[in-house]
Amino acid sequence: MAKNEIPLWEVFIRPRNGLAHKHCGSVHAADEVMALQAARDVYTRRGEGVSIWVVPSAAIVASDPLQKEENFEPTASKIYRHPTFYTVPDEVGHM
Amino acid sequence: MYSQGLIGAKTETNEDEAFLAAFQARIDAEEKIEPNDPMPEGYRRTLIRQIGQHAHSEIVGMLPEGNWITRAPSLRRKAALLAKVQDEGGHGLYLYSAAETLGVSREQMTEELLAGKAKYSSIFNYPTLTWADIGAIGWLVDGAAIMNQIPLCRCSYGPYARAMIRVCKEESFHQRQGYEIMMTLAQGTPGQKEMAQDALNRWWWPSLMMFGPHDSDSQHGDQSMRWKIKRFTNDELRQKFVDATVPQGEYLGLTFPDPELKWNDERGAYDFGAIDWDEFWRVVKGGGPMNRERLAARRKAWDDGAWVREAALAHAEKRRARREATKLAAE
Repeated sequence: MAKNEIPLWEVFIRPRNGLAHKHCGSVHAADEVMALQAARDVYTRRGEGVSIWVVPSAAIVASDPLQKEENFEPTASKIYRHPTFYTVPDEVGHM
Repeated sequence: MYSQGLIGAKTETNEDEAFLAAFQARIDAEEKIEPNDPMPEGYRRTLIRQIGQHAHSEIVGMLPEGNWITRAPSLRRKAALLAKVQDEGGHGLYLYSAAETLGVSREQMTEELLAGKAKYSSIFNYPTLTWADIGAIGWLVDGAAIMNQIPLCRCSYGPYARAMIRVCKEESFHQRQGYEIMMTLAQGTPGQKEMAQDALNRWWWPSLMMFGPHDSDSQHGDQSMRWKIKRFTNDELRQKFVDATVPQGEYLGLTFPDPELKWNDERGAYDFGAIDWDEFWRVVKGGGPMNRERLAARRKAWDDGAWVREAALAHAEKRRARREATKLAAE
């Protein structure tokens, strides 16, 4: 970050109780108090949420997009991890 | 806004053919491109230019309407206008965030705007002379913006498309509140109706210019269409806007300032007169009635806010240092 650039925060909003916080965007703010206020003004003007998290963007560790295949490809072939892989006779009923 | 965002964008790119073909295949398969994906430099540069200029348009767009907040004719109108101007600020912020994912900083974009290097929509270089202008802006300018922005919700670049979905949801209130203002005036006293007509007369042609140059004169349209940054050409969108808007104006009992405007049964669309492209380019290049004032207002806001930004950063640093000291003392 260059000198005097205002830090970036990622914003997560819980739309209502019972649902998880979900990423919705980012804001620039000098500190966490101002980040929360900015997130409220920018992302919840129409009742979009009941709770906000702000996280410094620099604190997020992300998987490498270049390793997408080795990370996620192996699960595609493991169809036995899904219930539909197994046969249960109709007579047994719903399982 | 919008198609004008491509003005000044350089789409040329110099990756090898295999890279470009692989990228085009992803685009053609309607895969969204995300921030860390490989992309041609020209694609990145075009998007930075377009999204940045779109963001600037939202921010500068707050000025002509902000001009009327204190003079709105009722508390209801004032509350609605405040909410609308606040939305425009929010839209600017969503868009700046989307542009930042491409590796440009907020400060860089702001500097380009203030230095006059980045453009914003030509429409905001016209003055808001009467209250009816607020109605005309909501109805026509936001109407034209929606026409442009709905296809952008399917733009190939993920963060831009997602920002546009939020913007479009909010924008429809803007157009309806504008139309309601026009309707109230059009159904009011003869003087009020005359105000509405005068606003329509002044905003109609500049609204048509918002869609940018004719397809035949648009330098970057083809590549942007291939990359699915744009989905429709400038002329297609302009025609859609005219076809949607003319009946709305007729309902108000107002007339459009274009003697050549008439329904063409054969085309199933309205024919309309020639746009004054000299005026368009004059305004884009800085010679519109309000160019100077708009940039001066943005520069003043930036300069006057400098001490606030500095103080906020200094305060954050002081609190951070104190927390560190307390932690050290406790250990």
